[in-house]
Amino acid sequence: MNKDKHKKYYQSLTRNMILTAIIVSFTPMLLVICILLQQFRVSYHEKTYAHLSELVQKHKQNIDSFLNEKLANIRFLAVNNSLETLNDNEFLQEKLSTLRRDYGNVFVDLGIVDEKGVQLAYAGPYGLENAEYSDADWFKKARRIDSFISDVFLGLRGYPHFIVAVKKNEAGRDFLVRATIDFMAFNSLVQNLRVGKTGYAFILNREGAFQTNPAMEYQPSHRGYEFFWTAVEKTKNKILITRWQDDVGMENLYAVGSLKDGQWLLIVKQLTADAFSDLKRMFNIAVIIFLIGGLGIVVMAFYTSRRMVRRIRRADQDKENMNEQIIETGKMASIGELAAGIAHEINNPVAIMVEEAGWIGDLLEEEEFAQGENLEEFNRALKQINTQGKRCKEITHKLLSFARKTDATLKDVQLNDIVTEIVSLSAQMAKYNKVSIETQLQKTLPYITISPSEMQQVLLNLINNALDAMEKTGGTIQVSTKISEVEAEHIVIIVEDDGPGIPEANLLRIFDPFFTTKPVGKGTGLGLSICYGIINKMGGKIDVHSTIGKGTRFRIWIPIQK
Amino acid sequence: MNGGEHPCPEKGRIRLLLVDDEEGYVNVLANRLAKRRFDVTKAYSGRDALKAVRGQDFDVAILDLKMEDMDGIEVLKIFNQMGLDMEVIMLTGHGSQEAAREGLRIGAFDYLTKPCELHELIKKIHEACDKRSKGR
Repeated sequence: MNKDKHKKYYQSLTRNMILTAIIVSFTPMLLVICILLQQFRVSYHEKTYAHLSELVQKHKQNIDSFLNEKLANIRFLAVNNSLETLNDNEFLQEKLSTLRRDYGNVFVDLGIVDEKGVQLAYAGPYGLENAEYSDADWFKKARRIDSFISDVFLGLRGYPHFIVAVKKNEAGRDFLVRATIDFMAFNSLVQNLRVGKTGYAFILNREGAFQTNPAMEYQPSHRGYEFFWTAVEKTKNKILITRWQDDVGMENLYAVGSLKDGQWLLIVKQLTADAFSDLKRMFNIAVIIFLIGGLGIVVMAFYTSRRMVRRIRRADQDKENMNEQIIETGKMASIGELAAGIAHEINNPVAIMVEEAGWIGDLLEEEEFAQGENLEEFNRALKQINTQGKRCKEITHKLLSFARKTDATLKDVQLNDIVTEIVSLSAQMAKYNKVSIETQLQKTLPYITISPSEMQQVLLNLINNALDAMEKTGGTIQVSTKISEVEAEHIVIIVEDDGPGIPEANLLRIFDPFFTTKPVGKGTGLGLSICYGIINKMGGKIDVHSTIGKGTRFRIWIPIQK
Repeated sequence: MNGGEHPCPEKGRIRLLLVDDEEGYVNVLANRLAKRRFDVTKAYSGRDALKAVRGQDFDVAILDLKMEDMDGIEVLKIFNQMGLDMEVIMLTGHGSQEAAREGLRIGAFDYLTKPCELHELIKKIHEACDKRSKGR
């Protein structure tokens, strides 16, 4: 249950850290990308619009000047020549040749038409002398004004063309000097205008009819083109740029300018997608950068958060363990006090029992008992009481020495002295167990400032453990001291035995309080944990290596103070 | 291990004062020592001990350091103040060497950890006696 709660806590901690990292990194990145894209988009639009607008403006002027030029040519012809001169096929033919020489094949034919619509004279490839124009649309319009340019139409020949006409008044009669302009020549002015991949230009008249051949195959309806007319009129001769969805549902960009005194519209049409393809590409790049960066951020957020939470978790664990250890130490201290009290209490009755037995022994020495038939048996029993009393005494001594508060006063000591002392103390016990203790002490060890009684306790514990382990087998304990080669500025004490060794599973828990492999009542499981605590307090380290059947080696490193 | 082998230089019998609040222990120890020709006086508390020394001279006092009414060290201090011509052997429990050292510092002869072997105690008594006679 508790573990579950902990797990949840760390999970939510991880989640929060990941979220925070992601939000904090994503927000500025997103902001920067969006702002830059928006800026780019605005300026790109402006550039595109300006470009289109300039293009249309230029071509509009080109076309207007083309038309005006043609009109001027015809007007020149009409003004400078009398009707009599003009009304002559040969003269007209000559003039047509001159015009064609000067302007290419733009002029197809020339003709003189009287007020009734009959063509009086004609020069051109179609032989249209005496052709009747009275019903022609262009004739009706041209009669009313001085000069006229018609829309494109198929006319009598069934071939697209348009007409430029100038009215001339002579002797009270109106005449029209007219010329046919080649559609192809005019068309090429517009058809060559291409923008990007899909942009093309065309001209519309008032009725929404094409005045040029659009470059694209498709023939849109003219729905909505009225909109252009009204819009263009509002812009007052400027170029209108707008977006419009065409019949196939594609959004297009339109640049519109008026021509021929507002009778025609020059329109450049381009697919929006094409016009802004650079923008699209830019956007795609930004998205890719964002995705890759985002992925990096997410991966890093996950990775670092996990790692940090793992560290926090370990630190928490360590803290918890330490707390446990402190609690254990406290528990141990109170057990120790209890044991000390009991030992003291038991000491006195045992002493009395032993002395009373001794007293009986004294009395038995008197003569009246000397002949007693059970004297020997009495003596044996008394000796036994004495022996068992001594045993009790040993037990209470052990209890007391365990419980005794170790003297933690620091002294400058030579470690070798302590080792020698403890080894000689243990020698008796060792002999009893058929164990020999050897020492190998480096003579030049520096003095260190530690609590000697604590150090004694540690060494005694280690040696006692080794003795217990070799109780049945016997063997050798080697205690050595030297300046450590592994840890700088440390003295290392090695207690090594050739006993049965410690199984690996136990090795991990060997320093845990109350961990013992001895039968219940034989060991407290506190010895090594106390050692561990003492060495830790000294700022040192203790570790253990063991091989089953080969032996066990404890190493203690104690720092050398300057 | 017979007390008689080490006669006190002054008199035939050594005068002992046995101070311990553990009556059973005092009694049996007194019996055994008396059998070994010591002149033993028993005191079951610090107060008794002080009463005893006022009324009689002793060669050696055996003093338990841990008693109910008075601390052995206090008794020792009072002995000192009274300027008694008497050596003191202290009995201590295991692990209270600190108190024993304190006792030695203020003039006790030596200490033994309790429970102690009778022959060791007797040996100490004689050593104390020797010292006392030399000091004279």
